[in-house]
Parts: sequence; C-alpha cells; structure tokens
Amino acid sequence: MSDVIKTDVLIIGAGPCGLFAAFELGLLDMKAHFVDILDKVGGQCAELYPEKPIYDIPGIPHVSGQGLTDALMEQIKPFHPTFHLGEMIETVEKIGDPAFRCTTDAGKVFECKVLVIAAGGGSFQPKRPPVPGIEAYEGTSVHYAVRKMETFRDKNVLIVGGGDSALDWTLNLHPLAKRITLLHRRDDFRAAPHSVERMRALVADGKMDLRIGQVTALSGADGQLTGATVKGNDNNVSEIACDTMLPFFGLTMKLGPVANWGIALENNLVPVETSAFETNVPGIFAIGDINTYPGKIKLILCGFHEGALMSQKAHRYVYPDKRLVFQYTTSSSSLQKKLGVN
Amino acid sequence: MAKIHFVDHKGETRTVEIENGATVMEAAIRNSIPGIEAECGGACACATCHVYVDEAWREKVGSPTPMEEDMLDFGFDVRPNSRLSCQIKVSDELDGLVVSTPERQA
Repeated sequence: MSDVIKTDVLIIGAGPCGLFAAFELGLLDMKAHFVDILDKVGGQCAELYPEKPIYDIPGIPHVSGQGLTDALMEQIKPFHPTFHLGEMIETVEKIGDPAFRCTTDAGKVFECKVLVIAAGGGSFQPKRPPVPGIEAYEGTSVHYAVRKMETFRDKNVLIVGGGDSALDWTLNLHPLAKRITLLHRRDDFRAAPHSVERMRALVADGKMDLRIGQVTALSGADGQLTGATVKGNDNNVSEIACDTMLPFFGLTMKLGPVANWGIALENNLVPVETSAFETNVPGIFAIGDINTYPGKIKLILCGFHEGALMSQKAHRYVYPDKRLVFQYTTSSSSLQKKLGVN
Repeated sequence: MAKIHFVDHKGETRTVEIENGATVMEAAIRNSIPGIEAECGGACACATCHVYVDEAWREKVGSPTPMEEDMLDFGFDVRPNSRLSCQIKVSDELDGLVVSTPERQA
C-alpha cells in the first residue's frame, strides 16, 4: 500500500465551489487536498465552457469559465492546496468520529477528518456512442482516449468527431497508423482552423480519408473490430474497414462511486441540511451542484456560500478544542497574515 | 401557455403545458419527460437535450445557430430536424409543437 496522505479536509471535485471552499477553509487554518477525475482544475467551467461568459458572479460583471477558474486558483494560492488530478475517489471508509479513509482508483490513500463532496454533476466520463454492441469492443478496439500512441501503430484507425480531440489525434496518429479515416457528421469542424487545414491537406494528398456521416453499426468478433457501417447525410449506407475506433463525443457526467459511500441520495443528488450543508453522515459535507435542499438553485454563487458555512462546521471537527472567533478579511490582521497581504 | 407533445422512442406521447418564454427543455425537465437529460442545465454546453422536431413544425421552430450546430456534434443520430431543446423558446406560435426524443442522450 502506498503512503497515506493525511489532511484536514479532502475535497472531491476541483470545480469553482470546491476551489473557493479551500479559501474559506484556509482562513480557518484547515489544509485541503483535492481529487478530480479531470486532468485540469475548474470542473464544468474549464471542461464544458472555458470560453463562454458567466455574468452572475457577484462583483464580476463578466468572466469566462477559464477566467473564473484562474482567478480562484490565484485567490487560494496562499493556502497551498494540493491537487490530485486524473483520479477518482472510489471508496470511503469511516475510521473515526469523524475521520475517513478514502482511496482513489489509482490506489492513492487519504485520511481526512472532513470530506467535502463538491463533485458537481458527478464524474466526467467519455460519451459512449449508442451504437449497438459497442461495449464488446471497448478497451480492445474502441478507445475513448489515447493513453499510449504506440497502441495505434500500423492500425486502420477510424476517428469520429469534429473537435480538437478528433483533429489533434488525426494529425498525431497519422504518421504512426497504417491508415486514418476521420468521420464527422458534417463538413464543418469546431477544431482549431490550422488543424483543419492540415487535415484537409493530408486528404488532398491522398494520405488519409475524410468521410461525412455517422456510425450506425459495428462489425467484428471477439472484441476485434473489422469495420463500421456509416450512414451518410444522403442516407446512403456504406462500410469503412477499420480495426480500431476512437470516438470523440465529449464528456458526460455520471454520479459514479458516490452512490456506494453510505450517504443518503435523492434523485442522484445528495440531500443536506442548510446550516452547514452536511450530509446524513457527520463529517461528510456536500456543496455546489451535487447537493439538494429546499429552494436549491444550481448557481456558482450559491456554492460559494455553501462552502463558507460548511467551513465553520468543519472547524469544529478539525479543531474540537478551539473556539472559532468570526473575523473579516478587511479588518483582521491575522487573516491578512494568512493571505500574505500583511 | 403552450402545449408541447413529446413522443418517446417507443412512440408513446406525453403532453405538457409550459408558459411562453420557457424552453422546450424546461418543459421536459419539469415534467420528468424521459429521454431528456439536460446535464448542463440549459447553457447549450452538453447536447443531452437533443430532440427531433416534427416535420410539420420545422419551419416555425427554425434552424440551430452555429453554436448549437457545434454542440449537436456531441449528439448521436443527428438528423436534419435535430435541435437542442434548451434552445427552443416556447411562444404562442409553438402551441401544439411535436418533438420526439431519442432513446438515449449519452
């Protein structure tokens, strides 16, 4: 077993609400570690709408999803939170009153006094095209991400999609693969224009194929793909021979392992009380989009408020013998010292 | 108010009423219409509220904006009458609108 990481608070989900919670916890001298399944911080803001504007953050007339993420990272810097990205908490075990042992899918083990679930809509997972029987090829012939480029050497690869992932991997795998076919539902691409230009040049030189249409069926046996049936926009059906397929249809959110931790759930959300946003398990809190209570609205600003109230209660668990005196950052020299501004 | 008819993949129709100004997605979510997930809550950021607009209504409903067209790339079995229901605003003109929902959004 790997070394156990001990922390006051473990936050699941590095979206805006989780990030701001680290600020509120930090002001009260609690150290936070983050685990997030994405390979970057920011949650939905960074993954779904990095460039889309947000107009309802108090005091900030407009900011992009990525801009808000960057600003929050700057704000919590004085508290040195630690991030464990690309991992997902799989198991949570109660080991104290309260204290929890949490293990990631990569085998990393945390021991924390307080667990904060700030997992938004759940964990992001690649969207699986609803093609009948696709499960049989997953992991052998159908891959939703490129982990090792070597896997694709000398393969007939069918890449499906029209965004940056599809185009980037088309260009990167092209020198390695036997043949690349890019399939997209329309002859318009969301990907960066220079990638699209490079792809079109390869097609013009006969070095790869571009097809317009959508996959309707797969053929093969024993997990080994041999071809895909494709319906064109003219409704003509044809076959593309391939032994490997990479579908890039973005990500979807699934609640995931939260359901197995003994916490009460309600319609895939975590019910909490509204004085500290604690779940039915003392010491486990839920803030942001993943919680529910009477009057709940899924706004980032509400998640910020939830994080502040959660931190007050968390302090009682982390420092049972210390009395918490409420202070303002505008006037408290001790808070300003923690923030490194005084 | 407008009536919206949702036809699921098995052909079963559910009819709901919704006030003008709301979206077809909201009409579906508030009434627990199966086949609409709306993960992003209506930000045109996820393509899990994909519907097919009945042919008779296509002209009135109109076509997707370029942003919506981009998001439709994340949908499955996208057809010429595909729309994201969070981008269809309800008005008197759409009273009686018929849309069908796919078997799965993702």
